[in-house]
Amino acid sequence: MYDVQVLTPRSPEEAAEAFGDGSDLTVLGGGTIVLPEIAHARAKPKRVLMLAHSGLDRIERANGTVTIGAAVRAVELLGGDEPLATAARYVGDPEVRAQATVGGNLCAAQGEAPRGDLQAPLVVLGARVRSTGKDGERTEAVEDFLAGGPQGRLVLDVSYDDVERRTGYAAFWRPHTHHDTILAVAAARANGELRIAATGVAPHAVLLDPDDPLAGIDPRDDALASAWYRKRILPKLVARALESVG
Amino acid sequence: MTITVNGVHREIVSPPLTPLLAVLREELGITSAKAGCNQGGCGACTVLVDGEPRRSCLSAVGALDGAEITTVEGIGTPERLSTVQAAFHEQYGSQCGFCTPGFLIATHALLQEKAKPSREEIQEALSGHICRCTGYVKILAAIEAAAA
Repeated sequence: MYDVQVLTPRSPEEAAEAFGDGSDLTVLGGGTIVLPEIAHARAKPKRVLMLAHSGLDRIERANGTVTIGAAVRAVELLGGDEPLATAARYVGDPEVRAQATVGGNLCAAQGEAPRGDLQAPLVVLGARVRSTGKDGERTEAVEDFLAGGPQGRLVLDVSYDDVERRTGYAAFWRPHTHHDTILAVAAARANGELRIAATGVAPHAVLLDPDDPLAGIDPRDDALASAWYRKRILPKLVARALESVG
Repeated sequence: MTITVNGVHREIVSPPLTPLLAVLREELGITSAKAGCNQGGCGACTVLVDGEPRRSCLSAVGALDGAEITTVEGIGTPERLSTVQAAFHEQYGSQCGFCTPGFLIATHALLQEKAKPSREEIQEALSGHICRCTGYVKILAAIEAAAA
């Protein structure tokens, strides 16, 4: 192992302070993405911020808001609010779900095979991402965070309104070929508003137009599926996700 | 930092970002957990961390200070196999044996949590484990025999 400084904050405040502006720093949450990169020497960060004991691993439901800490593991979402709970079942396998974190899922390297199974559900829940970095703390819609990318930001938590919703989720997935979801669609209707989002048509999850889900969608070819194929599967997944939404 | 491995307290000198798998195999000489894919996809490195199955290749040892680790060496001995080990042996649930420690650990954890899992629950619990020798029929038979 090469010379690397490891920071181990013991509270969310310490984590934010240690992160600073994020320069020369890699965040290690559950380790499912970052540790193999380091072990294979594909990444050689100078400083690593380890979130294992940061206290960012709590789920709170209070005052009409659900707040999920960045270090909450995918396994803890099972049985919780939909469509997040169903999507969490598509994250890796049971052991990976016991390590992979919500923050890591939002910050999974963009441009590679889609790894952000939880992104589309968070988009349709209207979730907000609270992060810290160069210009201090900010809270923004999850789709805005995803569009801006995680560079220079430490995700602290995500939150959404604790309201009644009708939700749906449909994923196109093949067991044991790889660990990535090829394409998935999440949908939620709350207070009369319908939101539909997809994982797998872009480097990160995107909000779809309910009246024309293919509008503005420009998927790429990758090892999992061609763009042609994705465009043909997407409307079918949208229809399936909407079955339980009404 | 210290971890407990199979009931024995161990002082760890490896740097904090060392995967637990490398600590077990290279620092402590405990070799049941296997380095298969080294990226969390094959299940061969699975060990129990505080009773829960985890990928040791994905676990930085620095995050595990004070944790209790159990490997196959901790669930049975050659003279006294655990129920799960004996079932794999009797049902021919192992061929080359490389994936077997991961299957044993995951099965051990599953049966601790649920004594009589359904076939579907077994498949779900073992879905992160890959055998490239022969298939899963005998492995599933072994797990069902262990649960019987």
